[in-house]
Amino acid sequence: MSDIPAPAPTRVAFPPNWPMRIGFAVLALYIVYASTILDITWTRFIAGFGHAERFLSRMFPPDFAPDKLALLQSGMIESLQIAVLATIFGVALSLPLGLAAARNLCPAPLAWTSRTLIALFRTFHPVIVAILFVKAVGFGALAGVLALIIASMGFLSKLIGEAVEEMSMKQMEAVRATGAPFLSVVVMGVMPQVLPRFIGFSAYQLDSNLRNSALVGLVGGGGIGATLFTAFQRFDYDFVLTIVLTIIAIVMVGEILSGWVRRLFQ
Amino acid sequence: MDAKAPFKPAAADGIDRSLVIRHLRKEYRSGIAVLKDVSLTFEGRGMTAIIGPSGTGKSTLVRCINRLVDPTAGEMLFMGQDLAKLRGSALRMARRRIGMVFQEYNLVERLTVIENVLCGRLGYLPVWRAWMRKFPPGDIDRAFRLLDAVGLGDFSNIRADQLSGGQRQRVGIARALMQDPDLILADEPTSSLDPKTSVEIMELIARRAGERDIPVIVNIHNVELARRYADRIVGMAKGEVVFDGPPSALEDSHLLTIYGGEGWLE
Repeated sequence: MSDIPAPAPTRVAFPPNWPMRIGFAVLALYIVYASTILDITWTRFIAGFGHAERFLSRMFPPDFAPDKLALLQSGMIESLQIAVLATIFGVALSLPLGLAAARNLCPAPLAWTSRTLIALFRTFHPVIVAILFVKAVGFGALAGVLALIIASMGFLSKLIGEAVEEMSMKQMEAVRATGAPFLSVVVMGVMPQVLPRFIGFSAYQLDSNLRNSALVGLVGGGGIGATLFTAFQRFDYDFVLTIVLTIIAIVMVGEILSGWVRRLFQ
Repeated sequence: MDAKAPFKPAAADGIDRSLVIRHLRKEYRSGIAVLKDVSLTFEGRGMTAIIGPSGTGKSTLVRCINRLVDPTAGEMLFMGQDLAKLRGSALRMARRRIGMVFQEYNLVERLTVIENVLCGRLGYLPVWRAWMRKFPPGDIDRAFRLLDAVGLGDFSNIRADQLSGGQRQRVGIARALMQDPDLILADEPTSSLDPKTSVEIMELIARRAGERDIPVIVNIHNVELARRYADRIVGMAKGEVVFDGPPSALEDSHLLTIYGGEGWLE
């Protein structure tokens, strides 16, 4: 017993963390301040519920009239096409960009240029990119496809670059030691290591493009988003509900499919 | 200590595969030399074992030869070229004539056994053939025969990550032989293997290289294995060659010089 000295009474296991306490206090004050400035009040919140109730009641029952269904069908097909095309081109373009961004594979100037480009692609939300493309190439699916290609490249290139940076250098070194040219090293030494993750990312991106393809339509990028926007403008809330339900169904199917693809290539 | 290796005539096919290293120096950080002025002449056949304590520059020496590591100074004359000066495609041409066996096998884990062996041909083939897996039938034939020769004939379509350590090293040896090399470098080929497998692997390297008259330079920790399989032993300590002679000339006093201390010898 005597060889274990009693702890000195002054020792504290959890000393007060004053910087953190002050940090939280400042955060709380800021929330109150920002809410006041933005006129976020309880009264308005309650009033909002009343509006929502009227809006929702006008949505029911959803409108399944044949002419509306035809609109829905053409819009939905266009959205799917936008998503698929954007994913295919996005994947094809992200692969070289992602490889170029890997610092363990490419010389620093190339890697940093690619990283800057990727950062640029990721700066804006797809909707803002879509607005720019609508201005550049006009209303319609082309603008939507281009916007989603940019979004896909931002996401996929970054993840591919990171996957390549985490790969085993030993495997690549052995292929390089055989005298293989650079692209053969990539094909046989790098790609096998990152391919399963690449396919997983791509499936996820298809899923994500499916959701965003509805979004880019809202700003003129074609597809179901355009139909949805028109329905809102015309106060066809029952048709809005039909469209929303269809989008939910498609996105869920997409998610199941992409999950299935990812499992297949684990 | 200065006993020279027994003279060996050039290989039966009359090709001079000797390697002359002169004043080789390598500094990873400037001013701190891992290799200090190493000069060695390797006859164009037989096995040379390099022994020495960890961190003494054995690995660096071997990696300088195929330029996985760039030497700071010195020359390495092989097949009429100074390996130290090669760049770009000339370096790749030289590398494809130098097979390498690694301590941790360095197989591409997600490729099959036969694909790993065929990696040894990448230096001879255009990229599209690697990408489309359109290897020339002659190469595929040879890959199968080499797999038979290393005792893995039934494993050709199994993924490399499913093999045991000894099996992986056999694939590594087949990959090196697949290059049809004029020199084989082996960097601690048995250090990750159990004693029995280590003997089998050394036996395999010695036999397969011997029947093709390919000179082998092997780094090895196990002095007994070095004595048993090498025609010549080079002892290194602190980045310098401190012993060079046939296994029969290697005595305990030399081991003391190489490894220092003495308690471990008893």
